[in-house]
Amino acid sequence: MSSEIINTSVEEYKKLVESLHSENYEMMVDLTVVDWFRKKEPRFEVVVQFLSISKNQRKTIKVFVDDEGLSIPSITDIYPSANFYEREAFDMFGINFLEHPDLTRILMPDDWNGHPLRKNYGSGRIPVQFKNAPKVE
Amino acid sequence: MKKDTRKNKFKDKFDFWATNSEEGGWNISSTDEGSQKMLEEENAKQIKIQTGTDVIDDFVIDEDTSDDERMIVNMGPQHPSTHGVLRLQAELEGEVVRRVKPIIGYLHTGMEKTGEELNYFQGPTNTTRMDYLSPLFNELVFSLTTEKLIGIEVPDRAKNIRILMTELNRISSHLVALATGGMDIGALSMMIFGFRERELILNFFEKTTGLRMNHNYIRPGGVAADLPDGWQKDIEEILKIIPEKLQDYDDMLLDNPIWKGRLQNVGILTTKECFAYGVTGPSLRASGHSWDLRKAQPYSGIENFEFEVPVLNEGDVFARWRIKVLEIFESLKIVEQALNKMPKGPYKIQDKKITPPPRKRLDESMEALIHHFKIYTEGFKVPEGDAYVAIESPRGELGCYIVSDGSSKPYRMHVRGPSFCNLQALPVIMTDSPIADAVAAIASLDPVIGDVDR
Repeated sequence: MSSEIINTSVEEYKKLVESLHSENYEMMVDLTVVDWFRKKEPRFEVVVQFLSISKNQRKTIKVFVDDEGLSIPSITDIYPSANFYEREAFDMFGINFLEHPDLTRILMPDDWNGHPLRKNYGSGRIPVQFKNAPKVE
Repeated sequence: MKKDTRKNKFKDKFDFWATNSEEGGWNISSTDEGSQKMLEEENAKQIKIQTGTDVIDDFVIDEDTSDDERMIVNMGPQHPSTHGVLRLQAELEGEVVRRVKPIIGYLHTGMEKTGEELNYFQGPTNTTRMDYLSPLFNELVFSLTTEKLIGIEVPDRAKNIRILMTELNRISSHLVALATGGMDIGALSMMIFGFRERELILNFFEKTTGLRMNHNYIRPGGVAADLPDGWQKDIEEILKIIPEKLQDYDDMLLDNPIWKGRLQNVGILTTKECFAYGVTGPSLRASGHSWDLRKAQPYSGIENFEFEVPVLNEGDVFARWRIKVLEIFESLKIVEQALNKMPKGPYKIQDKKITPPPRKRLDESMEALIHHFKIYTEGFKVPEGDAYVAIESPRGELGCYIVSDGSSKPYRMHVRGPSFCNLQALPVIMTDSPIADAVAAIASLDPVIGDVDR
């Protein structure tokens, strides 16, 4: 089952989502981000999957987010299921979803530094620190 | 003072060395895990989400209760009925749940990041650990996405084995859901029964794959090994015993007045709310909408099997329990057909660049040795592109999105876990009902925290 891919811009993104919602695309299935670090400009690409149950079709929207501000409108008011996904994208990539009701970290602890799924965030070298363990100097 | 400046001078350098990261250092002090907590006063949008009135406003609150009776209580993360480490904060007004906020992330192990470090050959080892109750589905979705990117089709026998194993896995996963759900509500015999029957299937998995869970059996290009000798006998035994035992469950629970009283008309989820919150799988079918990816968007040759999609219209906890029992019967039908029409032939694709040659060929053929070495050291390359594939896991739509940059490792691997999305509907089904029903509501959604946090 292949899905139709629509490339759009940040300005048109929300309008397009609204039109999809009125075209019987009942579900926003998935929202994720791809970090094209040093490969593409602008750097972050938001990929949203939509599913129409009545028409049995899928559509994919791809949006590149400007490097300045890293912000894109939230679609939580159209599809409430976007809530957790946008929080995850904020947590993992630092994308700001404007007018999101509760844009906080969801998987990482609230006071974590950095956004782990970015390509310039190294993996596997952060030592595990247990609570009340002697501090490493 | 002097010491501090020197420390700051090397701080950036030290951080980069320690974390191999341009993103800054880490917070070495212990983290404040309680800071996502629910507040006494929230903004209007937040309240709508936390009271579950975002889509349909069916919230009735007793105006007579005073503010003194309102309190925020914490449930979990270490709580036996939260199925792992799910933490909930609920505002209670007397006995009634007013607002709910699920707090997740206690089992976050960065599997999507790990997925970028492993090549496609090693990938299933990682994804199989996400939804640990249905590991074969995770392997299947990763393999299907990789195969779609390469553009290959696996042999018929491999397809049939995949269907056989995943449907058995669906049965074992639903049995755990029935068992733990029964335990949460107080039907303790159900707990023992469900795990007892699951053992039959896990024994078969152990015989076939070598492991009871986290199999790494379905791999890009086919499956890891052929079915063991005498597998037909084991399947026949499963097909004989499980329907008898399911009859026992029905005798025990279907007309049980306590069971019905606890579950009927509790935690109602309408079709509209399911669509809005992205709820798929048994929960959507229990809300009166017939939607099954096995029928609508078939994968791995499941369109050749005859089965029905059970649908119930009530949308309450009872319907979500009942639909799992009915789905086990349908899965048994598929397993029986897979047993009867298992084709002969290779169980993996005969492309030596993608699947390793059999062990005994290594002693005879230089080429086989080279292919083996290449696959186990650097893996195989996948053409540039991206693909999203979704399959019907026991909890709903399980999707995998892979972006490839032409190398042997995924550039980005994202798994759309059904539990993660279904959890958003928790406020809808928990609010405006007594605290005693909260546990039944969580159990009916059947979240697996490994799938939520990944």
